[in-house]
Amino acid sequence: MGMTMTQKILAAHAGLEKVEAGQLIEANLDLVLGNDITSPVAIKEMEKMKVEGVFDKDKIALVPDHFVPNKDIKSAEHCMCVRKFAQKNEITNYFEVGQMGIEHALLPEKGLTVAGDVIIGADSHTCTYGALGAFSTGVGSTDMAAGMATGKAWFKVPSAIKFNLIGKPGQWVSGKDVILHIIGMIGVDGALYKSMEFTGEGIKSLSMDDRFTIANMAIEAGGKNGIFPVDELAEAYMKEHSQKSYTIYEADEDAVYDEEYTIDLSALRPTIAFPHLPENTKTIDEITEEIKIDQVVIGSCTNGRIDDLRTAANVLKGRTVAKGMRCIVIPATQAIYMQAMEEGLLKTFIEAGAVVSTPTCGPCLGGYMGILAEGERCVSTTNRNFVGRMGHISSEIYLASPAVAAASAVTGKISCPEQL
Amino acid sequence: MNAKGTVFKYGDNVDTDVIIPARYLNSSDPAELATHCMEDIDKEFITKVQKGDIIVATKNFGCGSSREHAPIAIKAAGVSCVIAETFARIFYRNAINIGLPIIECKEAANGIDAGDQVEVDFDSGMIYNRTKKTEFKGQAFPEFMQKIIAAEGLVNYINNKQA
Repeated sequence: MGMTMTQKILAAHAGLEKVEAGQLIEANLDLVLGNDITSPVAIKEMEKMKVEGVFDKDKIALVPDHFVPNKDIKSAEHCMCVRKFAQKNEITNYFEVGQMGIEHALLPEKGLTVAGDVIIGADSHTCTYGALGAFSTGVGSTDMAAGMATGKAWFKVPSAIKFNLIGKPGQWVSGKDVILHIIGMIGVDGALYKSMEFTGEGIKSLSMDDRFTIANMAIEAGGKNGIFPVDELAEAYMKEHSQKSYTIYEADEDAVYDEEYTIDLSALRPTIAFPHLPENTKTIDEITEEIKIDQVVIGSCTNGRIDDLRTAANVLKGRTVAKGMRCIVIPATQAIYMQAMEEGLLKTFIEAGAVVSTPTCGPCLGGYMGILAEGERCVSTTNRNFVGRMGHISSEIYLASPAVAAASAVTGKISCPEQL
Repeated sequence: MNAKGTVFKYGDNVDTDVIIPARYLNSSDPAELATHCMEDIDKEFITKVQKGDIIVATKNFGCGSSREHAPIAIKAAGVSCVIAETFARIFYRNAINIGLPIIECKEAANGIDAGDQVEVDFDSGMIYNRTKKTEFKGQAFPEFMQKIIAAEGLVNYINNKQA
């Protein structure tokens, strides 16, 4: 019986020739990540441990991104705690405001995550790096603390679901539509405890940014990780961004999967997740009623990358945000911000009547920078539409692609660029 | 080791945003987090919960964010055990790591209602519904997990082992 791609990476990091689903292993970590919400708890836990400092100052990444630039005094104190810890332990990859970005956009861009790595992060969207062929998964603060102290973590080896992607997506169909379609199909616990392994010739037509978006939302189906095979595009990305050596693992031909799905990308349509679960999906064609909205958010670790901003700007160019609507654009990192500026995208956004924010998770988790009032509706390119996620418990979030979000900003109701 | 208390009952997919809304994550103080526990799904929870009470839910409890603040808030609110049909995986790990007992048991999740008096025996994994006079067999905690819970979390457990 062969191994899946995930199982091969885990076996290699546990010093084992072979692992199988359900086996408990201890694996060596290539990177341990935390942010301004989860790191203070981890730091407190680590201080209770009888250890001297961190296992490797180069293999820890601390990224204050959720409530920065500090939204209030308490957040400022959390950030100060992380900053002091980083200084004391001489953490190489601490990213201060000015260098920081949203962690899951920032780390691949900085070359810290490469194929074959085992990465844990105290943030559920750590699964993003599977786009590059790494095993990466979200954990809590105590696991982060143990990871920082020892460089190891225990895992139950996951079984897997295989998604065979074929065909080429249409003009307004993106990685976001692919993953929302999948979550709608299998449900928010459809991949609970499992790997989601994406394969097939359809991957060729997905950009790296599409793949990051798809891997990013594996957790919204309950998945332990999402992972893509490493092709020329992924290798080119790593060579451009990273000095680290990488290892390419491939699933065995006789690897066993719990389930297999084939998805024809050419048949997908722009897809929207209705409140209050990411599995409540409808295609744009299935929405018959008019759904008026108050706000649009384009950003986050899911959809704040340059491809996303280009798509949104392409839709907003020469158009304006509907009267009474707020449209908030948040480039995910400083480099993306700069590139968007150089390409004239920021000008397009501002001319259209949108605001452009410094990189932050901000409104995605109801932190700040776009909180919703009672009964308000938002079309958002973020990843969760739970009750109260972006503000008042009676507010509503509709998850969508940057194309749908931008078109909706223009019309003031849920729309697709084809309808403009 | 046992848990015993009155049940608060919830449905599928209770996410970490309703367990502890992100607007309160500018704090990491357990006592402060506890005052907002379950606020966005059950405003009365925090005024009614007594030390030892038990949360019962159906599928995928604790889905969403990796925030350890969620099990921390539940534990600090006085809850002695969470029983669910299934747990989201990060919540599962976090609960064990901070010493909050949790048990997966589909039959119990469906056979217990709000307000029932329930007792859990962690050694055997038995769940007794004293109100309805029914009992269910949940998964017993392996010894190392019992030790982690007894030590009030992974960190103390590791320290105890080294001592």
